[in-house]
Amino acid sequence: MRPDRIDRTRFTGGAMQGLTALACLIIIVIVAIIIGNIVLHGTEKLTWEFLSQPPRDHFTKGGIFPAIFGTAALVILMTIAVIPLGVATAIYMHEYAPKRSRLVHVVRLAIQNLAGVPAIVFGLFGVGFFIEFVGRGLDKGLYGGRLVYGQPAILWSALTMALLTLPTVVVATEEALRAIPASYREVAYSLGATRWQMISRVVIPQAAGGILTGGILAVSRGSGEVAPVMFTGAAYALPQLPTQLHHQFMELGYHVYVMSTQAFDVEATKPALYSTVLVLLLLTFLLNFTAILIRARIRKKLRDGR
Amino acid sequence: MDASVERALQTESDPRLFIGISTRDLNVQYASTDVLTNICLDARRGEILSIIGPAGAGKTTFLRSLNRMLDLDPDWQISGTVLLNGHSIYARDVQVAALRRKIGMVFSVPVTLPVSIYRNLTFGLNLKFDGRGQRDERVEKALRDAYLWEEVKDRLDEPAGNLSGGQQQRLCLARTLTLEPSVLLLDEPCSGLDPISTRRIEEALQQLKKDLTIVLVTNNVKQAARASDRTAFFLFGKLIEVQKTEDLFTTPREKQTADYISGRFG
Repeated sequence: MRPDRIDRTRFTGGAMQGLTALACLIIIVIVAIIIGNIVLHGTEKLTWEFLSQPPRDHFTKGGIFPAIFGTAALVILMTIAVIPLGVATAIYMHEYAPKRSRLVHVVRLAIQNLAGVPAIVFGLFGVGFFIEFVGRGLDKGLYGGRLVYGQPAILWSALTMALLTLPTVVVATEEALRAIPASYREVAYSLGATRWQMISRVVIPQAAGGILTGGILAVSRGSGEVAPVMFTGAAYALPQLPTQLHHQFMELGYHVYVMSTQAFDVEATKPALYSTVLVLLLLTFLLNFTAILIRARIRKKLRDGR
Repeated sequence: MDASVERALQTESDPRLFIGISTRDLNVQYASTDVLTNICLDARRGEILSIIGPAGAGKTTFLRSLNRMLDLDPDWQISGTVLLNGHSIYARDVQVAALRRKIGMVFSVPVTLPVSIYRNLTFGLNLKFDGRGQRDERVEKALRDAYLWEEVKDRLDEPAGNLSGGQQQRLCLARTLTLEPSVLLLDEPCSGLDPISTRRIEEALQQLKKDLTIVLVTNNVKQAARASDRTAFFLFGKLIEVQKTEDLFTTPREKQTADYISGRFG
C-alpha cells in the first residue's frame, strides 16, 4: 500500500469522528442555550406571588396560577380519557382479534394516520365534532337548548388532546404486550385460565410498565401542545378557576402565545413571559417525573412479586 | 378395525377398568399439513407412558392435543377422538378452562411467573377455587409431592426467579399439582436440567403415578427406559409402536424403533 493512501484513510477517519462529535455537540449547545436563556431570564419574576395569583394589568402584574391549574387539570383529564381508550384498543388488537384480521389492519392504518395529523387539525376537529356536534347535542337533549356544553370547555380540550395522544398510548401498549413471553400466556391457560383471566392476571400486570411509559409520553406531549386547546376551551384570560367540566380554562402554552402576540404591551410582559415558559417546562418535568415514579413503584411491586 | 387401533388395544390389560386418557384415530394438521396421522394410544392411571421419537415426530403436538392447548392457534385442525376416562374432551359441552385444570401440563422450559413462589403456586387455585381443603395445605402438599417443600418452605415470599432451574421446574410441577389433576402431561421436563434435578423429578413422578395418568415426552431415550412403564415410539407423525418399556428397549417389533433407540438416526 502506498504511504499517501494510508494518510488519506487516516484523515477520513479522523474527519468523520470529528463531524459526528460535532453533531452531538450542536445538540447539547442548543439545549443549553434554550434552557439557560429561559432560566436566566425566568427566575427573576418567579416568586410565590407569581405562582399563586391570577394575572392583572394586562399580564404585567400578578401571576399565572389559573394557567398552572388549568394545564394540570387538562393533562389529568386527558390521561383519564386516553389511557383506557388506548389500552383497550391495543388489548383488542393484540389479544382478542383473530390472526390476520382485516379490522386490525384498518385500525393500525388509522392510528398511523392519526399520528401524522397536524395538531391544529385536531383543534378544528375538536370544534366541529365535540363542541358543535356532541356539545350542542347534549344541550338540546339535556338542557332544553340552553348553552352549556355547546361551547369551548376544558372537557372538549381534554378529549381533543386525548385523540392527539391516542396513537402514542396504543403503540406503547402494543409494544408492551408484544414483549410478554408467549410462555406466560401458555402457563396461564394450562392452569385453567379463561382468556380474560389470562389478560387481567398476567398480561395487564406485566404490561403495566410499558403502558405507563405510553402515558408518560402522552403527558409530555399533551402538556406542551397549544393548537388543540386554542379553539376548544383555552381562555385568553380568566381569573377564576374551572370547577366544572364545561368551564373554560387558562393553559400555560396558550398563555405564552397570548402574552407574546396579543398583549397590550408585549415588551412589558417579557419578564412574565420568560417566567411562564420556565413554569411550563418545570410543570412538564414534574408531570413526567410523577408518572415515572408511579411506573417505578409498579415495576418494583412486580419484581418483588407481591 | 384399523390395524393401528388393534395394535393399541393389544396393550390394553383390562379395558373395563380403564381410567386414563386415550386417543382413537387422532389426526392433527397445521395449516393443512399433516402433523399426526391416525394415532391410537392409551395412557392409563397408575403408569407413566413415555413418548420418544426424533425431532418433528409430533410428540409435543400429540401432548398438546390432549389438553386442548392446540386450540389456542386456529391454524391447528384436529379430528378423531380423545377420551378422558371415557368422555370426549373435544365434545361441544366441554369447558376448556375446566378441562385444563384436570389435565395438568409441565413445559420443557421451566416457566415461573414473575411473582413470588407462593403466588405462583396459588395462581391456578385463585382462578377458580374448588373449595376442597385449605389453600395453604394444598400448596404444601403439592410442594411435598414435587420434592420441593424442604427447599422452599421458609422462602415462599421470595420471587420465583430466585430459584435454580431445577427448583423452578419442580415449582412448575407443584403449581400444576395444586389443582389435583387426574392427568399429568410433561413435555421434556428435564431437557435443561442437571442429572440431580432430573433424578428428583423422576422420583417425584414415580410417587405421583399411583393416583395419576402420566404422559412423558422425552428426547432422552435413557430417561424413557429409566422412568416409564410403557414407551411409545413416534416417527413422522405416526405411532410406530408401543410396548412395555423393557420390551420395547430389548425386543422392539419394528426396525425403525430399533434403529432409533440404538442411535442410528434421530
